[in-house]
Amino acid sequence: MIAPFKTGYAQDLTLAKGPGSRIAYAVLLAVMAAIPLVLGEFYVGELGGLFIFAIAGVGLMLLTGYTGLVSLGNAAFLGIGAYTNAILLARGVPFLISLPAAGLLTAFFGVLIGVPTLRMSGLYLAIATLAFGSIIGTVLQKWDGLTGGFDGFAVQTPSILGFKIEGAWGVYYAALIVLVLVVWVSLNILRSPLGRAMVAIRDSEISAQSMGINLAVTKSIAFGISAGITGLAGGLYAHYVRHLAPDSFDILLSIQLVTIVFIGGLGSLHGAIFGAAFMRLLPQAIAMVRDDLPFGLGQLPGLEPSLFGLILVLVIMFEPGGINGRWVKLKAYFAAFPLHRKPAARRQKSYAKSERLR
Amino acid sequence: MEDVLRLLQLSINGAATGCIYGLIALGFVLIYKATEMVNFAQGEIMMLGGFIAYTLVGKFGMNYWLGSGLAVLITAAFGYALDALVLRRVIGQPQFAVVMLTLGLAFIFRAGAGIAWGYDSVAFNTPFTNKLVKFGGDVVLGQDNLSIIFGTVLLCGVLYLFFSRTRLGIAMQASSQNQLAAYYMGIPVRRVFSLIWAISAGVAAVAAILLVPVQMVDVNSGIVGFKAFAAAVLGGFGSIPGALVGGVLVGIVEQMAGYYLPTGFQEVTSNIVLLAVLILRPQGLFGQVIRKRV
Repeated sequence: MIAPFKTGYAQDLTLAKGPGSRIAYAVLLAVMAAIPLVLGEFYVGELGGLFIFAIAGVGLMLLTGYTGLVSLGNAAFLGIGAYTNAILLARGVPFLISLPAAGLLTAFFGVLIGVPTLRMSGLYLAIATLAFGSIIGTVLQKWDGLTGGFDGFAVQTPSILGFKIEGAWGVYYAALIVLVLVVWVSLNILRSPLGRAMVAIRDSEISAQSMGINLAVTKSIAFGISAGITGLAGGLYAHYVRHLAPDSFDILLSIQLVTIVFIGGLGSLHGAIFGAAFMRLLPQAIAMVRDDLPFGLGQLPGLEPSLFGLILVLVIMFEPGGINGRWVKLKAYFAAFPLHRKPAARRQKSYAKSERLR
Repeated sequence: MEDVLRLLQLSINGAATGCIYGLIALGFVLIYKATEMVNFAQGEIMMLGGFIAYTLVGKFGMNYWLGSGLAVLITAAFGYALDALVLRRVIGQPQFAVVMLTLGLAFIFRAGAGIAWGYDSVAFNTPFTNKLVKFGGDVVLGQDNLSIIFGTVLLCGVLYLFFSRTRLGIAMQASSQNQLAAYYMGIPVRRVFSLIWAISAGVAAVAAILLVPVQMVDVNSGIVGFKAFAAAVLGGFGSIPGALVGGVLVGIVEQMAGYYLPTGFQEVTSNIVLLAVLILRPQGLFGQVIRKRV
């Protein structure tokens, strides 16, 4: 595989990967900030939703992509964040406090589920988080007094210092700011000792432990950070949908979140954002071509989930690096343009590694 | 007296549901023991088995026994093809990639079933539908529930004999325990793994057919698969008798919770049991604790 050639330790620590990358990201940010001035309300709203899922994707990426812990219950964190934010707003707490509070409470829940699952790995963890997610989903439905039960919960319009955060634009900018903050914080975590410890745990628990990393503490923190970021995304999601329904935070949403991480490409923050973009844009793309498909294919009711399933299957079988893996290969191809050689991007042969302890 | 009868009734109903969980969990465990993959689409394969049986028996009007047998065979062939064409290619990828892969397959199966059979619930007549058995006057039990329990016991007996007495069964055990040694002994390990997938899909189809008199088949029947996880984990993922015992226990606890606890608890019981087992005794009832030597 392609790896950047590093000649000093400073290169390991710096955030900017190449000479042009600072400029490139600044331009990207400026374009994103200017988009609502150009595009219509519908597109701005959709992009806002995309950013929210990108935040949730970054949260899950830290856990799954970097720490190697799998969570099939992140929809529960999204739900806890959304309901906390909405309920606090309804009780008159200002938005600037309620949103971080939603993140903090969700982080607390993350540690809560993280601690008992410390002894589990891989498969068991996936199943345990799945069970946790479905318990929280049921609690959201049945606790009428707090969440309004099946009637749902209307979310109030938030305001910062008198400015109302309204409509598609408000959500767009709020989500963009939080996304940039979250990505910046995540990048910094990843180059700190904590981040390095997380990656070490992903690559081998036993060698990480023998290097003096406290597995229990690091894993719990990873769970907490991931849940907290997902909770922030949930708080924004409440404003995006404006009316919370308890059954929207179910297993399917959890699976969608994991799909974002997988299709985007494990182990890269770019991947989380690519994955979210893919996840949000595919339904729109399907809606656009639905009427033009031959044989009445567009009228089939199960088209969307089956396409998601199919793409997930194809990605895992043929491009385990996800969209980001493809992107890296594409960049390498053009960087070495006439001299590109196919074996540079070839997957290493791998064998079944037993996770059973012997 | 009233209470004892009620308890008996609940236990039998719970055990019947639990047998279904147990059979699906059995499918998980067979595949896990052999290939260390976890098939999250097991519930969906069961759903497909139910629909195939419906097509043969309900639509084409085949004899119940003949149609059911054929449905099991078709589903088993489907399981074989699934391993040979899809799952075999991802060997060597992290375990979780396989989980996501089977989740993706589950989406496809569900949508495919919706396209092929529609989104309505379907059922067909079985010899056990709406028939009662009386025991000693007071105890009245449905033949449907009894047929599930009886069918499960019978199937387990057959599987036990197969794994302990036949050449192929022993070859399967050998490949589960040590792939490399099995290769050296001349066992075609890859084909054996595909056959294990076939057996597991066949068992799922049997579960679907047994479930028909109690619950109609529809596109979302596969959800049962998630409850079967609780059964498999309770039994200690990797133990075949454990899966069945775990299934029956989960089924009974769920029935009791539905009757004695407020509404809403029944749905989460299996999940609470699952979390409790994972936290308190991660190796399950029948699992072994093994430590890794560095």
